[in-house]
Amino acid sequence: MTTTATAVHAPTAGVRLPSLAAMSLERTRIELIQFFRIRDAVIFIFAYPIVMLAIFATVFGQDGTRVGPDPGIPFAQYFLPGMVATGVLLSSFQNLAMGIATSRDEGGLKRLRATPMPPTAYFLGKIGSVLVSSLVQTALLLASAALLFGVDLPGDTGRWVTFGWVFLLGTATGAICGVAFSSVPSNGKAASAVVTPIVLVLQFISGVFFQYDQLPSWMQTVASFFPLKWLAQGMRSVFLPEWARDIEPSGSWQHGATAVVLAAYLGVGLVVAVKTFQWRRRDDG
Amino acid sequence: MSTPAVQVRDLRKHYGPKKAVDGLDLTVEQGEIFAVLGPNGAGKTTTVEILEGYRHRDSGEVSVLGTDPRAGDRAWRSRIGVVLQSASDHSELTVREMVTNFARYYPAPRDAEEVIAAVGLTDKAATRTGQLSGGQRRRLDVALGIVGRPEMLFLDEPTTGFDPEARRSFWDLIESLRDGGTTILLTTHYMDEAERLADRCAVVRDGRIVALDSPASLGSRARQQAHVRWSVDGRLYEEQTTTPSALVAELSSRFGGEVPGLEVQRPTLEDVYLELVGEAGR
Repeated sequence: MTTTATAVHAPTAGVRLPSLAAMSLERTRIELIQFFRIRDAVIFIFAYPIVMLAIFATVFGQDGTRVGPDPGIPFAQYFLPGMVATGVLLSSFQNLAMGIATSRDEGGLKRLRATPMPPTAYFLGKIGSVLVSSLVQTALLLASAALLFGVDLPGDTGRWVTFGWVFLLGTATGAICGVAFSSVPSNGKAASAVVTPIVLVLQFISGVFFQYDQLPSWMQTVASFFPLKWLAQGMRSVFLPEWARDIEPSGSWQHGATAVVLAAYLGVGLVVAVKTFQWRRRDDG
Repeated sequence: MSTPAVQVRDLRKHYGPKKAVDGLDLTVEQGEIFAVLGPNGAGKTTTVEILEGYRHRDSGEVSVLGTDPRAGDRAWRSRIGVVLQSASDHSELTVREMVTNFARYYPAPRDAEEVIAAVGLTDKAATRTGQLSGGQRRRLDVALGIVGRPEMLFLDEPTTGFDPEARRSFWDLIESLRDGGTTILLTTHYMDEAERLADRCAVVRDGRIVALDSPASLGSRARQQAHVRWSVDGRLYEEQTTTPSALVAELSSRFGGEVPGLEVQRPTLEDVYLELVGEAGR
């Protein structure tokens, strides 16, 4: 008799489960502690966009070459938005796709599933921790760009508002796609082999490593199906002078399309992530 | 009569053509330690994972703390504790951080420090979990399983890889949990573990229970023949009997007191177990 059984085992009255908000914050906190404890990974993740910016600005910017028609844009400034975008991609998509695949492999996810912590709190914790770590990463990158490479950061509020929504939307989209993608590698060890090439290819075709308007048009078309191109373009609209719009292939910053594509990836990614998420290893029966 | 903590009737689960669980019945009473014994692949872990809500059954009735695990919600999860067979996540967190973290998922958790002390990890509370030994790691798993103050605790082969001393202190811990009112269902390969801990044990074979009793009476162990051995001038004598006391009394009077090299042996739980999993349906 179910009714009797429930009465017999009923938990003490007045005992309440912790709230979703409290548990999401707790997940965020614990994820951040873990992230910052792996010091070599932190240094690599934070330094990567800065080092790349330094290399590209130095290689392409020799002899004072600039991008675009007179007066031109210094290379460090031109590559900065791409590096911001790639940094967001690394700390959201790559970090989660690999991290969750590993955690699933080691049984950490399975154990969490047995607790009363709701899955939503787990996902919100991932997004929360990724937001914090990408924010630190981006701040370091912008500071290095300004102090080491003399890039002028925008002064007007409008551009920072653009930065805000592109950053938030880009990070959330990257995080959710990372969660969804974490089920693709067959196991934790395969994760980096599966995720790294995808991230690399996207970086090459999306205008992170090369001047976007000089890529072959078919490549631009392929890139426009993926979020990184839009994230990088959104960041160019923040960090490049207004006239640089004219060297964009479309002749516009396309903020509307950027928001639509990123939001579509976020929405579809969320559905796929929820539908396909596995707490157990694939070979676990 | 209180409602059983676990009730399973005619449970079935197959993976492809293989029947992992094939009509299993099981009742675990509140407050007892119930051991599930059986060879690898007998269906122990599948059964336990259905009870824990990890797997869905094909058919049969299952109730854990009055709830069907398929419909187990957060409130239900807060009342069970699960120690899985293997979790090897090398976390950068310390033992204390991890136990405190898990405590925050539950409505009325135990004190983290008390739990750490109970599993004997006080010295390691500030150690990162990735640096623990296998046995310490397992004790941390147990700490995470009990920190939520579960009414029902599932332990899947909890002492694999323990040294004898760690195993003994682990047994004390499990007994103290039972004395505190926790119902415990454990699977194990170790007969001495079942013998020491279990109030009742079930032997599972080919997805079905083939024997169920207290460890002392399993497989009519108490009624089976005993082996009585003694020696005279280096020669060994052995006799099998259902009345060993009478035989010993007779020997004692024959030798006028002490019987040289006397040994009386009932079949061990292991003997009975091997007989049970070896026969039937082969």
